[in-house]
Amino acid sequence: MQSLTNRVKPVDRKPMTFLEKIYLWEIAKGMMITIKHFFRRKPTIKYPEEKREFSSVFRGLHILNRDEQGRERCTACGLCAVACPAEAITMEAAERKKGEEHLYREEKYAARYEINMLRCIFCGLCEEACPKDAIYLSQTFTPSNLTRAQFIYKKDDLLIPDPNKDPELYAKALGDRKKPQ
Amino acid sequence: MVLLSFDWFLIIEKAILISIVIVASLVIAMYETWGERKVAAFIQDRIGPDRAGFGGILQPLADGMKLFMKEEIIPNSSNKFLFVMGPGLAMLTAMMTSAVIPWGGHLEIMGRTVPLQIADINIGILYVFGVVSLGVYGVMIGGWASNNKFSLMAALRGASQMISYELAMGLSLIALLMLTGTLSLRTIVEQQSTGHWNIWYQPLGFIIFFVCALAECNRTPFDLPEAESELNFGYHQEYSSMKLGFYLFAEYVNMFISCVIMATLFFGGYDIPFVNDAHLYEIWGNWAALAQVVMLMAKVIFGIFVFMWIRWTVPRFRYDQLMNLGWKGLIPLALANMVITAVVALLKYNNWHF
Repeated sequence: MQSLTNRVKPVDRKPMTFLEKIYLWEIAKGMMITIKHFFRRKPTIKYPEEKREFSSVFRGLHILNRDEQGRERCTACGLCAVACPAEAITMEAAERKKGEEHLYREEKYAARYEINMLRCIFCGLCEEACPKDAIYLSQTFTPSNLTRAQFIYKKDDLLIPDPNKDPELYAKALGDRKKPQ
Repeated sequence: MVLLSFDWFLIIEKAILISIVIVASLVIAMYETWGERKVAAFIQDRIGPDRAGFGGILQPLADGMKLFMKEEIIPNSSNKFLFVMGPGLAMLTAMMTSAVIPWGGHLEIMGRTVPLQIADINIGILYVFGVVSLGVYGVMIGGWASNNKFSLMAALRGASQMISYELAMGLSLIALLMLTGTLSLRTIVEQQSTGHWNIWYQPLGFIIFFVCALAECNRTPFDLPEAESELNFGYHQEYSSMKLGFYLFAEYVNMFISCVIMATLFFGGYDIPFVNDAHLYEIWGNWAALAQVVMLMAKVIFGIFVFMWIRWTVPRFRYDQLMNLGWKGLIPLALANMVITAVVALLKYNNWHF
């Protein structure tokens, strides 16, 4: 019969030869293959000690950014929540009072900002949607927690450390990507 | 005054030897589990357990601890006495074989010659076969007492497999015994100490013996009693905690013992190749005996490695293939080997005259 594609491989139904019937030679051939693998270099990366190299655009856990004076950039406009295809982001806005200018950059800020890390698909659309450069995905990954509730990250978990108070932690959270403007 | 005339030194010496052999075979069985996981991992391009201790060297301890901590479940519908006895029997028969194995030459302690063998009985290999064929009881009783259809079927498979392969194993050994002319394991080893290992005289017999040893230990490609895709978990389905551990452990002890017997019968036992052992005794004294023990262990470890290597290479036989191979393949082959050996041995006995 004519085959539709030329990728068909006919099944070999020849009766076994004597060498194949006594198994031993075939088994020896198989064992040669496995012993080759025995001495092969292992591709394993021993995770906590060694880490895989990531590209500079790796999308890990989110971070809420601050400006160079340490003020929160987020204005709770809700564009990230709208952009989020997994609907993982919720927030509540509040108005900046007098005397809080050193805390928040604009007149409106996010009083509550939550990301459900179990829903998040780490697509990075929130990062793209943000007009204030307030949220971006860091290079941190594999969060672990004991309960599901703890996977809903609050503002405390998301905010980047203050660049003026703890520059070291700030640099660490920033990773090796370029500094936001 | 009968007690005083008794040789107390002999009792002490044997007691020490027995405890050393039992502890050693248990420790070796423990590290076989580690070795198995490592070999499996390396063959599959992985690293294997490497977290507990250096290179995962403490992994067997962790595994044992885990098994001890597990809840012990005895099913309500099981025969409780036999259910508990099953793993015990499996372990007992696995350990009993080591009594007749010559682990090395002899030590000179306080003017006494202490042979490194628990009992040098003149029917050594027969004793081994007697105990090994008892090994099927552990599987049978455990599988039956669980009151579980899968376990029972696995036990039946195990029993029929062990019985069929024991035949071929015995036949392949008869050819060997016709050449050695003795059943004592120590004499068989001493005959090989000239460097003429039995494998050169009985290559076919060795292959048959090796295949049957794989089947006797329920190792892949003959691990049908534990065929998890067909029988869930095999005859130890209902077992948990250390009772399960005993079954798994007994299997590894069996593997160790069968490798020791293989080394003893076909690879010169504790004989150090290319070295005159008797001469070594004059130079090194007691250290020569230890060197012999180490040599035997090296042979055994290589054997165990081959067992594992085969396990992680070959897929499982189908049940009818297993029976075909045993009854239609190995037994006629062993018989032919026996007849040929008998003819040659007879000719040699008559100084090559017909």
